[in-house]
This record gives sequence, C-alpha cells and structure tokens, in this order.
Amino acid sequence: MSTATLEKNDSGSPSGAADSGAAHLITVTFRIRRFNPEVSDEARWQDFTLEIDPKERVLDALHQIKWELDGTLTFRRSCAHGICGSDAMRINGRNRLACKTLIKDIGPEKPITVEPIKGLTVLKDLVVDMEPFFQAYRDVMPFLVTTGNEPTRERLQSPEDRERFDDTTKCILCAACTSSCPVFWNDGQYFGPAAIVNAHRFIFDSRDEAGEQRLEILNDKDGVWRCRTTFNCTDACPRGIEVTKAIQEVKRALITRRF
Amino acid sequence: MSTTETTESKTTDEPGGPADSVALYDVDHPAPVIEPPRKRTAKTPKASRGNFEMQTWLFMRLSGIVLVVLVLGHLLIQLVLDGGVSKIGFAFVAGRWASPFWQVWDLLMLWLAMLHGANGLRTVINDYAERDNTRFWLKMLLYAATVFTVLLGTLVIFTFDPNIR
Repeated sequence: MSTATLEKNDSGSPSGAADSGAAHLITVTFRIRRFNPEVSDEARWQDFTLEIDPKERVLDALHQIKWELDGTLTFRRSCAHGICGSDAMRINGRNRLACKTLIKDIGPEKPITVEPIKGLTVLKDLVVDMEPFFQAYRDVMPFLVTTGNEPTRERLQSPEDRERFDDTTKCILCAACTSSCPVFWNDGQYFGPAAIVNAHRFIFDSRDEAGEQRLEILNDKDGVWRCRTTFNCTDACPRGIEVTKAIQEVKRALITRRF
Repeated sequence: MSTTETTESKTTDEPGGPADSVALYDVDHPAPVIEPPRKRTAKTPKASRGNFEMQTWLFMRLSGIVLVVLVLGHLLIQLVLDGGVSKIGFAFVAGRWASPFWQVWDLLMLWLAMLHGANGLRTVINDYAERDNTRFWLKMLLYAATVFTVLLGTLVIFTFDPNIR
C-alpha cells in the first residue's frame, strides 16, 4: 500500500523500475477546473490523461500533472497527510481532501472532475480566497476565555467533561463543510458549519466561561437558525465530525439555556 | 512513474466563451475581482440582539405539531366521515360555525397554517433571493398577502351570517 517512494528516484532511473511497475498502472483522465484571471474571466475545464497507480491519491495525480505536464496548475497543499486542511477540493462533485482520496475509490474508469470548493471566490485554478471563512471562524472567538487569576498548573477536567466536546476538537479548518452548505452558497453571510463546530468546541468546554457570549453570537440572524439540516456538512467532513449534530446541540443549548 | 502523452482537449463550459488564444486580460489588467462574501464593509449590517430567529424556529416546530392534528382532523371530517365531500354545502358550514368549538378550530388552523407557511416562505426567500432589493420586495409581497388572507379569513369566521340571502 505504501508506495510513497521518492519520485526523484523514479524519474532518475526510469528503465528498470518503470518496466516492473507499469503493470499496475491505469490510465485516468482528470478533468480540472482551470481559472486564470490574467488570461480570462471565465473558468474552463481541462483534461489531463496520465498513467497512475490506482492506489495513489488524487493529490499525487495533481502533483504529477503539475510537476510533469503543466506547471501552471495551481492548488494548495501543505502536509499532504490529511491534517493541515489545505487541499480541500470538490472531487467528482463532493468536497474531499485530495490527500485522503484514493483514486481507486472514486471510479477512475470515468474522468475524475476536480474543482475548487464552492461559495468562496476563486483566485486561481483550485485556490480560493479563504478569508470569509476565517472571518466567520474568528467571529465565534475560538479561544479559551476565563476570568480570575491564572492557575499555576493545568486546568483540570474530568474525562466526562472532556468527552463532551471531543468530536468537535477534530476540526482541521479545511472548509469542506462550509463550502458544501447550500445556505452558505447563496450569500455567504451564514456563519457556516465550521465556525459553529469551533464555537461548539468551547461552548461545551467546562473550563471556558464565554459560552453565553458565543451562543449570543450564533443566535444572530446568520447564526445557527439558518441551518436547514441538509447534512451536507456531515457528509463532507474528512475528519468524520458529526457536524450537523454539533449544530443541533448548539441550537438546543440556546433554547434550554434561555427558558 | 511514467507518464503518457497528454491530451489537453479543452472543453469550455459555455460554448462561445473566450478562447485560450485571445488574451483579454494580462498581468497588468487581470479579470475583475468578484467581491468575496462575508467581507466586512460599511454596508455590513450590525449584529442584531434579540431572539427573533430562535422564536420563529421554535414556532415552526410547535405550530407544525399542532397543525398535524388540526389539518388531519379537518380533512377527516370534511372529506371522509359522513358521506365525504358530497355533504359539504352552505348548510354544513353554517351548522359547524354555529359552535364556538369549530370556530376556534378553524381560526387556529387559519392563523397557524398562514404564519407557518409565511415563515417557511420567508426563510426560502432569505436563502434564495440574491439581491437585497429582490429579497426586500418579495418579503413585502409575502407579508401583504399573509396579512390580507389572515384578516379576511378571521373576518369571515367571526361575522358569518347563516341567514344571508
């Protein structure tokens, strides 16, 4: 499974290695949404056909295209191991991380479409402006807020209290959920699932004292009440966070803490 | 990793779109920037205090539960029991509205159904209208229609005269 050898070795000695390795390679077409504001204000589709191991990831294919076929292809990636959240993109119509999606799992017989995530301004090719997404994230105060003197040691918490918000600590801010939300697509004013998930992480933290403030922020016109429970976010989350459930818990907290 | 020849067949989304060869824009004149959503500008509305959205959300759930009973009961009486729809006439309506119980039933059903539907449409307009002006006027139209229907219905229920000729 782990064929993640250095690509340099392969290209350096193509004769023997390529012969023995070529048997398991398949031909895959990648249909990529290209946009370059310095050439045209219209986005267009471009097909790249390449031979690749089906057990490789979509990110490897994008690398191969960028490094060997078309150096102008632009996309984000940092860690390439599903933890930095840079390479969320719309692959075959679903938001996924390119670095966690194996080619064999998404039907390589047909062309694989790769688009930027929706609802955010495309800057170039697969790169979008994440600023509105992070603005919504900052708005919910995603940091510990406490009063009184700082303790001289750790703020202790029981395993049960920690368990309460465990699911929402897993967020990597890749924007796959927010950019799969049809309410966010319309005008982009909705806070979006990711901001609510990160508010949830602190609202239900027993050590935090600004839960009420965050609830007040999410009680606003563009807060949790715009959620239509379409579950797109839960389906899109590459970390398997139960996003819609977290949003529902914030709604319930708003209702039960008010009455 | 060996690569084959690339076939770069370009399929433009809209036929007739600008081709690759015609460079409308360049480094000094890039394509116009599309305003990103959720950008903080002077026109961005301030955060509103109050529980209006929560109350409408709760109202939708609660009125929905009540409406299930009211509407299904209404349909059962009107269309199924005692000969079904053929029995409905002026006399049937007059007989029913002689009782305060059915007056309250119908009044409650009218108000809850209208407000439930209007609020549902309000959220649909909020979700789908793209321009602020469109959104505003669609909502005004909706509110006008709702108020008119509710008031007219209420008037009829309370001023119904069985002896009208």
